Formats: sequence, structure tokens, C-alpha cells
Amino acid sequence: MRREWFKFALYALIVLLAPLCVNGGYLLNVLVFVGINTLLAVGLNLLLGFAGQISLGQAAFYGLGAYGSGVLTASYGWNPWLALVAAALTVGVLAFAIGFPILKLKGHYLAMATLGFGIIVFIVFNEYVDITGGPSGLPGIPNLTAAGMTFDSDLKNFYLIWAVVLTVVLLAINLVHSRIGRALRAIHDSEVAARVLGVNARLLKVQIFTCSAVISCIAGSLYAHTVTFISPASFGFHFSIELLTMVIIGGLGSIYGSCLGAALLTLLPEMLRTFQDYDIVVYGFLLVAMTMFLPGGLVQGGGLLLSQLKRLWPGRGGNNA
Amino acid sequence: MLEVRDITCVFGGLVALDRVSFTAQRGEITGVIGPNGAGKTTLFNIVSGIYQRTAGSIVFGDLDVSGLPPERLARHGLVRTFQNIELFGQMTVLENVMVGLHTKSTSGLLACALRLPWQRREEKKIRSRARELLDYVGIPDLADQSAASLPFGQGRLLEIARALALEPQLLSMDEPAAGLNSRETWQLGELIRRIRQDGVTVLLVEHDMELVMDVCDRIIVLNLGQKLAEGTPRQIQENRAVIAAYLGEG
Repeated sequence: MRREWFKFALYALIVLLAPLCVNGGYLLNVLVFVGINTLLAVGLNLLLGFAGQISLGQAAFYGLGAYGSGVLTASYGWNPWLALVAAALTVGVLAFAIGFPILKLKGHYLAMATLGFGIIVFIVFNEYVDITGGPSGLPGIPNLTAAGMTFDSDLKNFYLIWAVVLTVVLLAINLVHSRIGRALRAIHDSEVAARVLGVNARLLKVQIFTCSAVISCIAGSLYAHTVTFISPASFGFHFSIELLTMVIIGGLGSIYGSCLGAALLTLLPEMLRTFQDYDIVVYGFLLVAMTMFLPGGLVQGGGLLLSQLKRLWPGRGGNNA
Repeated sequence: MLEVRDITCVFGGLVALDRVSFTAQRGEITGVIGPNGAGKTTLFNIVSGIYQRTAGSIVFGDLDVSGLPPERLARHGLVRTFQNIELFGQMTVLENVMVGLHTKSTSGLLACALRLPWQRREEKKIRSRARELLDYVGIPDLADQSAASLPFGQGRLLEIARALALEPQLLSMDEPAAGLNSRETWQLGELIRRIRQDGVTVLLVEHDMELVMDVCDRIIVLNLGQKLAEGTPRQIQENRAVIAAYLGEG
């Protein structure tokens, strides 16, 4: 556990120092989105990497958070925090309710069902023009406020969102190192063996699906209040695949892997502007290449590299590996 | 202790089990044997809640447990092992046993995420109890190894340790000697006897006749989905119908 604390402290330090390195401006804005995507990737990894259950509908929960907060604050004048909590609770109940029938499915069928859910929600965002504004979007969402301060600059939003990210990362790390985390990994490896040992696989899968949905929903609310304008295009199937890519590239079953994957895939398009129109092609290529050559993801790949280097360095080999 | 009454199981048009009844007495080792295709595994999967029976009932203690899913059976003290050891390959040996202690701990998702004090105390208890269990089956030094890296024989011991973590009243083992060499099989026999001595009733489905005749108090013979014979190892060895079923009626 001490090692876990060290890793977490290191990660928090990198995060807190990041704004100093980018000198404000545009890149700071990108770092805010790195935070939001990290939340989403960590949420998905709990479900996919630990419990081994796929979801191609994460963008829908993200969108429900964004639209929940957006509509309640912009159209009905609710307090943004209250709207955030209301959206999270509603999505939690919804995910719990659809989780029971949907998580009975396995493999491809589960992928199809979650995909279907994502598409339904996407259509609702587009077609319920009276409420959501339809394809042209929903403007005028207020910024979050706390103790008389409005989170209207990139720097303020950076600290707000990353405070949430660090909290969620810490909770996720605790969870995966507990009896619940072990039970989830057990379900992943052999559901029947886990059940024989008394693990209520069905309930646990639904619980973690709900957690993952609520995290995505909170990310959506934060997104809406940060950008103040949302449109359905941000919450389509395309984005669910992007999240999947982040999780797989970082490494299934590694929380920091998801942090790394989210950071890379958010920063990469900014660095490779020329690919902009072809980014889905690049994601596809990355997915194929990763699953072929580095199925354990970047974090595990890095670990392998490190142990190889240690072997080449005879003086200090092996001891602390 | 475990009373199987008129269990019938039909797959499509195939009658896999036809009104099979037997009783496993408390504190005894009961063996189920039979030629290939006799219905042993089907019977076993029904008793452990993996398959659904077509008719009949299963009573455990005073409780009707027919049709309960495996996770409920586990909480009632009915635990099984698998023929092709089903270890959690991504975890260490110790963590595998810790999963076995899942029902012995209660911290929920929130308590775990928040690392509340009682959850941390419970975690410590789980860890030390898991070490005791590895000790019990004789593989304490393997605690931090990856479970996927274990040779088959040690994997079998780990699976038994993991099942014992639930403190079962009835431990069902599906062909525990499959894939073991003769020395490992002998050690397994010793372990099964020790488990019985510690008050666990054992139900054993097995191909290895030497092991069955050696450790079982009572044997049930299945053939073509029906109970062919029941008795002590000696009675079974002398039973003409059993010999005919195994060697073919010439």
C-alpha cells in the first residue's frame, strides 16, 4: 500500500505542476480536457479492465451528465451543483435499472446492447429539439461557482476538474485493492469460479457498471459547465470508441494506464493537427497495433522495458523489481 | 447431510440422469464413479448449481437447495472445485485465496473505495487467514507467485485452499486427481482425509480408482444416467453389475 501512496503522490505532483509548464493559453485548455477524459477512461476501465465487461455506450452517460446539467441550469435556472448531483443520481438509477438485463449478456452481445443504448441516447439528444436544442446545440450554460468564485478561466477549471480527477483516481485505486476489486478481477478471469466462491457476480457487475456510468455522468456535467455550450456531436459512438482506445492503449486493469491513455489520446490530436480529419483512422490503427504488439497496454509495456533494462545493468539487477 | 432425491436431467431428447438418489452422510467421504458418459459430471453440476435439474430435489441439512445458484449455495456451505482447475490467472496465489474469503467479509463498495478503518482491519484479517490456508495445504512459499505460473499439482492445492476459505460444510471435488502424478495423487488423498477429519463432508467424483477405493467411505456407481450400485469400497469392488459395466458385458 505504501507503494500505492507513492505512485499517487507522484501522479498528483505531475498534475499540479502541469499548468506551470504550459504557460497558460491554449494548452492549458487542452489539459482541462485531459482531466475530463481521464475521469471517463478511469470509469470505463473499472468496468472493462477489472470486471471484464465491455461498454460501447459510455459516451451516452457522459452526454446525459452534460445535458442533465445543461438543461437544468440553462433552461430551468437550477443551481449548477444541485443539477450535477441530480443528474448523477438519475443516471445512477438508470444505469442500475438497465444494468440488470443488459449485463446478463456476454461478449459481443453486451457490446451490441451497450452500443444500442448509446445510439438511442444520441438520437434523443438530436431529436428532442425542444429540450436539448437538437443538432445545433444548447448554449448559455453557466459556469460553476463556489464560495463566491466563478470557475470561468481555464486555470480555475483546471484545478476544479483535476481535484475531482485525483479524488476519483484515489477512490478507484482503493477499490481495486480491496475485496471488491479482487472479486471483480475474479469475475473477469472465471465468472463461474467466482460464483462458486460465493461472489454475487450479477449484482457486482451491475454495481460497477453503475459506478462507471456515474463517473461518466459527473465528467459530462463538468464538461458542460466548462465549455458552456454542448451539442450532440460530442457524445456519439465515435467518442465511445475513443474512450475505449484510451483504456486499451493505457492498459486494461491499470488505473494509471487509463490516466496515461487519456492524456496521450487527448494531447496527440493537438500535436498532430494534420491528422484531424482522419483521427478515427489513427485510433483504429493504434487499437490494432496495441492489441497485436502490446496487449497489456503502455504501462505494462513500460514495466517490461524497465525489467529488460535492469537485466542489461548487471550492478543493480533484479533486487527491487 | 446432502440428500439427492430422484434427480432427473434431460438435455433435448437425451436423458442424462434418470431418477438418481443418494445421500452423503455428514463427516464421510462419498465417491461417485462410473464409466465415461455415465452422468457423473452432470450430477455434479446440478448439485453445485451450475446446471438446472429437470425434476427431483436436493436437500442440504434441513434446507431445500434445489435450483439455487452457486453463489447462494456457497453461502450455505456448499462449495466445489473444478476438474480443469479454475484459478484466477491474473492474480497471485494469495489473492486467489483472498477471493475465497469474499463471503467471510462484508465491506461494501463504498467502504472499500473510502478505505474506511473497519475495511482496513478486515483486509488485514483476510490476508492473514489466506496465509494460514496456504499453510494448511502446504504451499505457503508460493503466496506471491502468479497463479497462472503454478504447475497443475500445486494449482490443484491452491484451488482446494481457496474452496476451504469458505469454511464449507460440504466440499465437492470434480476429479481432483485428474492430471496429477501418482505421488501428487497420494498427497491429495492425505489432504482429503485431513479435510474430513476437520469436520468437512466430502463429495468426490473421480476416475482414479485407487484414490476412490482408498479414501471413500461410501461409493455410488452411475451408469448410463442411472444409479447402478451403492456401498462401501469393498462391496463395490465385488459387485458383478459394476464389473460388467466397467469391463463390458462379454
